[in-house]
Amino acid sequence: MIHFIVHDQHDSVGVVVVEGVEAGQEVTGWIMDQDKELKVKLLNDIPIGHKFAIRDLNEGDTVMKYNTDIGRMVQPAKAGEHVHVHNLKTKRW
Amino acid sequence: MLDQTILGYRRENGRVGVRNHVIILPLDDLSNAASEAVANNIKGCMALPHPYGRLQFGKDLELHFRTLIGTGRNPNVAAVIVIGIEPNWTRKVVDGIAETGKPVAGFHIEQNGDINTIAAASRKAKEFVQWASELQKEPCPISELWVSTKCGESDTTSGLGANPCVGAAFDRLYENGNTLVFGETSELTGGEHLVRDRCVNEQVAKHFMETWSAYNDFINENKTNDLSDSQPTKGNIEGGLTTIEEKALGNIQKIGKKCKVDGVLEPAEEPTGGKGLYFMDSSSAAAEMVTLCAAAGYVVHFFPTGQGNVIGNPILPVIKITANPRTVRTMGEHVDVDVSGILQKEMNMEDAGQKLLECMISTANGRMTAAEALGHREFVLTRLYRSA
Repeated sequence: MIHFIVHDQHDSVGVVVVEGVEAGQEVTGWIMDQDKELKVKLLNDIPIGHKFAIRDLNEGDTVMKYNTDIGRMVQPAKAGEHVHVHNLKTKRW
Repeated sequence: MLDQTILGYRRENGRVGVRNHVIILPLDDLSNAASEAVANNIKGCMALPHPYGRLQFGKDLELHFRTLIGTGRNPNVAAVIVIGIEPNWTRKVVDGIAETGKPVAGFHIEQNGDINTIAAASRKAKEFVQWASELQKEPCPISELWVSTKCGESDTTSGLGANPCVGAAFDRLYENGNTLVFGETSELTGGEHLVRDRCVNEQVAKHFMETWSAYNDFINENKTNDLSDSQPTKGNIEGGLTTIEEKALGNIQKIGKKCKVDGVLEPAEEPTGGKGLYFMDSSSAAAEMVTLCAAAGYVVHFFPTGQGNVIGNPILPVIKITANPRTVRTMGEHVDVDVSGILQKEMNMEDAGQKLLECMISTANGRMTAAEALGHREFVLTRLYRSA
């Protein structure tokens, strides 16, 4: 089963694509563009559609998805930690 | 497959429609009651009530007329009754629709009252409905279908599955010589450079960037925060989307990998440059954008969703596509094309695009979409600013 998908190998985050994944679980991911596999141990419960860091991210880091800038971290997140509106902000508006 | 024909309605001006609606179109808010009464009297016609049309001016008024006239001109519409409070603006809409050659008649309420207006308009509507019901479908090339797209209640699965599925279908339709459109100006923010790079030439690229920048300036002038909860919406955030950049990059998947942007349209503007992919300056709100696509003359709409937007349109069949397995499970009645298999590698993007095109063909041949069967007829006019 594919638990999460990463658009591109340069991305900072993966997207959970199944319901019910929990903290402590080792989840299997598919890096779509390069068709590779990746495993990450989750630090939080992650709802379907939500993102987590696939590597450690520091405050101020640019977050990449689709191999493109989607904003900046305003709090750090470790690999496996939930990334959402509490720690990631737009650089635009 | 795209060299097949569909059974459509060849209209007086040569355009191909896939529905055969007779509509009762109010010019203004005041004429909704009479329009709805006519639609209640005469079976087989449909009123399109809306809240505007009084004391608008300038570009906002031009957009109002363009939207109403364009709705009447749409090839999915066989004939039109226009009802307004007074005769002059009513006639302006009638004349704009009449250019297509289709039957259209206008009625005004002042010096007649609702009851006489309803009686006269009902007699004409009965004539139109009976005439339209005799029209026969004929084989028409698929390349003559004008296809629009706009996504809604997007989530992260939209950018992974449903939107690139539309992109795969758009790439094939583009090659096939169809006339296509996308828009959602503010929702390209963060990926505007990627759209610019897809423009067919420098002139279109410049026009696109000016259009995007003007919308972005308007947001910057009026915003009171970073727009979180508005754009992305609460629903987007619930679905896992965090920033406008992330949402935009998912959105842009709808224009595929091969299509070029051949032109830029004003809201509700009918393209006159021939086949190709157009960008329409438009709101990212679902019903507004789909209403503008219908007014620009598009006859089938692809609507990918993540969390499950339920929107439809009175005259434009809206095909819903989702890749979110939870949405398929919890709101399956709203989904026309389930591409959730993409997320488990059970379906590739080419197969997903093919599945959507098959649904487009059956929809064009007359199969009702989920939104049509469920009675979704959202008709929402875009306003540019306050009334005078």
